[in-house]
Amino acid sequence: MNASAPRTAEQFDDAAQQRDAATLGMWAFLATEVLFFGVLFAAYTVCRVLWPDAFASASRHTDLTLGGIETGVLLTSSFTVALAIRDVQLGGRRLAVFLLCSTAALGVAFLVIHGLEYYDDYKAAVIPGIRYEEVGGLASQQRLFFFLYYVTTAFHGLHVAIGVALLLVMAVRTRQGDFCPESHTSLEVTALYWHLVDIVWIFVFPLYYQVGRA
Amino acid sequence: MTFLPEASSFAGRVDGLFYAMLGLSTVVVLGVFTTMLVFAIRFRRGRHVDRSGESHRELGIEMVWTLVPFAMFLAIFVWSIRLWIVMRTPPANASTIHVVGKQWMWEFEHPDGQREIDTLHVATGQPIRLVMISQDVIHDVSIPAFRVKQDVLPGRYTQLWFTPTRTGTYNLFCAEYCGTDHSRMGGVVVVQTPAGHARWLASHASGSLADQGRMLFTRFGCAGCHDAGSSVHAPRLDGLYGSTVPLADGRQVLADERYLHDAITLPGSEVAAGYAPLMPSYKDRIDEADILALVAYLKVRGTDREIPHAAR
Amino acid sequence: MQPAEHVPPSYLTDGNTLRSWLATHDHKRIAILYAVSITFFFFLGGIAAALMRLELATPAGDVMSAETYNKTFTFHGVVMVWFFLIPSIPATLGNFLLPMMIGARDVAFPRLNLFSWYLYVTGGVFTVACLLLGGVDTGWTFYTPFSTMFSNSHVMLTVVGVFVVGFSSILTGLNFIVTIHTMRTTGMNWFRMPLFVWSMYGVSLVMMLATPVLAMTLALIAAERLLGIGIFDPALGGDPLLFQHFFWFYSHPAVYIMVLPAMGVVSELITASVRRKIFGYHFMVYSIIGIAVIGFLVWGHHMFVAGQSMYASIVFSILSFIIAVPSAIKVFNWTATLYKGDIAFGAPMIYALGFVGLFMLGGLTGLFLAATALDVNLTDTYFVVAHFHYIMVGGAVMAYLGGIHFWWPKITGRMYSEAWARFAAILMFLGFNLTFFPQFLAGAEGMPRRYHSYPSEYGLLNVLSSAGSVLLAASYLLPIGYFLWSLRFGERASNDPWGVEGLEWTTPSPPPTHNFDVPPVVTDGPYAYKHP
Repeated sequence: MNASAPRTAEQFDDAAQQRDAATLGMWAFLATEVLFFGVLFAAYTVCRVLWPDAFASASRHTDLTLGGIETGVLLTSSFTVALAIRDVQLGGRRLAVFLLCSTAALGVAFLVIHGLEYYDDYKAAVIPGIRYEEVGGLASQQRLFFFLYYVTTAFHGLHVAIGVALLLVMAVRTRQGDFCPESHTSLEVTALYWHLVDIVWIFVFPLYYQVGRA
Repeated sequence: MTFLPEASSFAGRVDGLFYAMLGLSTVVVLGVFTTMLVFAIRFRRGRHVDRSGESHRELGIEMVWTLVPFAMFLAIFVWSIRLWIVMRTPPANASTIHVVGKQWMWEFEHPDGQREIDTLHVATGQPIRLVMISQDVIHDVSIPAFRVKQDVLPGRYTQLWFTPTRTGTYNLFCAEYCGTDHSRMGGVVVVQTPAGHARWLASHASGSLADQGRMLFTRFGCAGCHDAGSSVHAPRLDGLYGSTVPLADGRQVLADERYLHDAITLPGSEVAAGYAPLMPSYKDRIDEADILALVAYLKVRGTDREIPHAAR
Repeated sequence: MQPAEHVPPSYLTDGNTLRSWLATHDHKRIAILYAVSITFFFFLGGIAAALMRLELATPAGDVMSAETYNKTFTFHGVVMVWFFLIPSIPATLGNFLLPMMIGARDVAFPRLNLFSWYLYVTGGVFTVACLLLGGVDTGWTFYTPFSTMFSNSHVMLTVVGVFVVGFSSILTGLNFIVTIHTMRTTGMNWFRMPLFVWSMYGVSLVMMLATPVLAMTLALIAAERLLGIGIFDPALGGDPLLFQHFFWFYSHPAVYIMVLPAMGVVSELITASVRRKIFGYHFMVYSIIGIAVIGFLVWGHHMFVAGQSMYASIVFSILSFIIAVPSAIKVFNWTATLYKGDIAFGAPMIYALGFVGLFMLGGLTGLFLAATALDVNLTDTYFVVAHFHYIMVGGAVMAYLGGIHFWWPKITGRMYSEAWARFAAILMFLGFNLTFFPQFLAGAEGMPRRYHSYPSEYGLLNVLSSAGSVLLAASYLLPIGYFLWSLRFGERASNDPWGVEGLEWTTPSPPPTHNFDVPPVVTDGPYAYKHP
């Protein structure tokens, strides 16, 4: 699939079959991703039920402003990647490349802002296992909150980073003219993945940033 | 069970269900094996026999062997659940023995303070409730002769109950893998006649568990904050057990054994309304056996059973 | 090979270098790579089992120390579950046959398929490294807080190994799902697929949706050990039962990962040996899907005495009874398929009938464990050990070996020695029962599992079991001998040496690299035998 004319891999009969396989493959992969994150959300739910006060007070440590900006950035990036596909479907190329690069840039912006948050947490010493200096009756339960917060956001951040890399590859390939309105499966599949990254954040944000602030 | 005695009140009922299922399974196995054998012989390759035609009644047959097993399973389920609810519900007159499991030994504490290690003395006819906790990893009290088994968790009480019916000495196993000497973490349950058990208790008497708890209450300095004359604003504990405690976060909890245990080890988790979360955790400072004694004391503190010998 | 003999080109002759194997994208060669590597792990796990039976031959712990024994059964469990049973049928027979059975040239993602094997090998390296460095003693279940805070053995290495091999399993499942959905040849609609393909579909769903839960849970264990934080440790505010819920949410469906493919294989073996259409094809399909779906809802029956709420246990108990219904349907349908058949008793059929018998015993004893009141006494005893070995060894391994025999001519182009194969199959059945039936009795009498030494009243039953394990070991070694012999001296196989139906039997043995010279067109359902 790296020549300008769409080529079919040898195990497939035709391009339509290949396209079906790639799309279904990505959906199946997304299903497994949901279960990966599902474990973390389930653990969060159980611990929250066990220690409602600790979780409420710990979630006040998160930075609602930065989290809000991150949410906006990610939502915008989903919009730009969708526009990029629209442009390729209409036969465009330059705008699509620009939009894909913007999406990747937004992804990087998300990671940078999140890095700032981690740095603030480091200064506030609420990173379990690395620098954790909370005291008080609820300290050990709050640590569970921060632990889950870090595992979840780091795992999500890893997905964002992979997504950024994929988006850049797609931008290069779009520029080379690999995609045409009839054939742009890889691009669609990448966009699907990026939307998942977005959707997961839609759950992370309220659970870790908003619940307990009332 | 060929050499496993039925030594508790519900052992016979458990075995009844076991043998019923064994009989049912045997019927099913023999039925299927016989059918297979008959077909296998009758329709073996090379034998001249009518093989013509296809079955046109598949749906009916399939429904029969879907619904009949389903109905049977449902019946067994109901039987089993009814028995199981009995096995899980200790009678009101059960006497409580506290159990602490740790790598790799069992500690038992009788209501009147007798302590035993790896051996448990009980009397026939007296329902016993074991209230159990682990000090490290998950263990499990298993007494096959009584048909009881229950995991023993760290940080949480679990319980099981039985009424011994036959005197004798029975195996007690740890049935949840707990590390190197898992297979040696066990002992025996000695079931005595009521008279014999009374004699045993008398000869092993020490201060009751609650008495030990009162001493610990002073030794660990609990009294410094929780006694009536204290200057610290801490909850009074008289008559606390069994009452409903309003918490700082608006919930209400029943002050049961679990609550008292957690209030000592994790005081910040359920702070009583109107009090600041001042109390430090005693998790690493008191072992589970001492917590049991403290809880036993808190259960009688401020009641007329507080000083048992004087009150009687 | 005799130089005079003309060997037609096949996937086996398509490149002879090591590189042509290790960089292959051919599903058939990848299947062979898996077959070789899981055989290695099977014997590794088998050696551990033999050591355990040696230790348990006498009540005292006299052969090895308690610590060594604990590491031995942990290694046996980890290797047999994740490095043999779970990949066994799907990754070898499934990889080899699935594309052929639906008339495809290959799986949908051949490179991913090869990558899965490399993941498997990487996971295996970690596990073997753990063994060489001194082993791990948590049991294959990794119960917390023992595994997180108390065990001083190489938990991390094992956890990483299993984590990695989990991805191999996820990707294989994903590959199969997409292959079955998109790669079926003309005319191969859903209800013309052989039951083996249906079982691969069911098992792939389970692999894809259950394994991520295990992987994430293991990652949390690793993080807990590294950072000293306890989601699963009550001393740090966590909940050990949460771990058990997560673990069994994967590990109960994992049982169906092992047994569903076995059911698929046995359906093929029985129809082929009986030369008759399977009885109740549609019900067989629904029961596969039923087992795969309900399999996700019964995990709590592992936790009846673990401290789980009584009401949760009641729900899990009824669901566990319900999942036995589709299994019963399958046993009855296999039996009914024999009726008016033309039954040949080759080695594959002996394995298949052995499977049905042992699976039935394993399934019925499963009902004892689903009944909460009986489970209290039986769980964590040898009754459970016997029960799941009847399903996994008596069931899955018998079916796997039966399948290897049945498709051996297709895979290698050579016939094996029928007499030796029948002898091994019967020996296996007898040896298996002698090894594991006494364990039911020991368990019903209360003997706890994972015991290094045990009270002497269980001595006789354990002697029987250890004696049986010698026969069982012999019956596993025998096939290695006559299969190797067959590779060199076996008679050449025709396209369809058994005279049976199925797309895989329409191509040469061994098949050419792309399976079919002309894509087959399917006009009828599977097992279209002519009934006189």
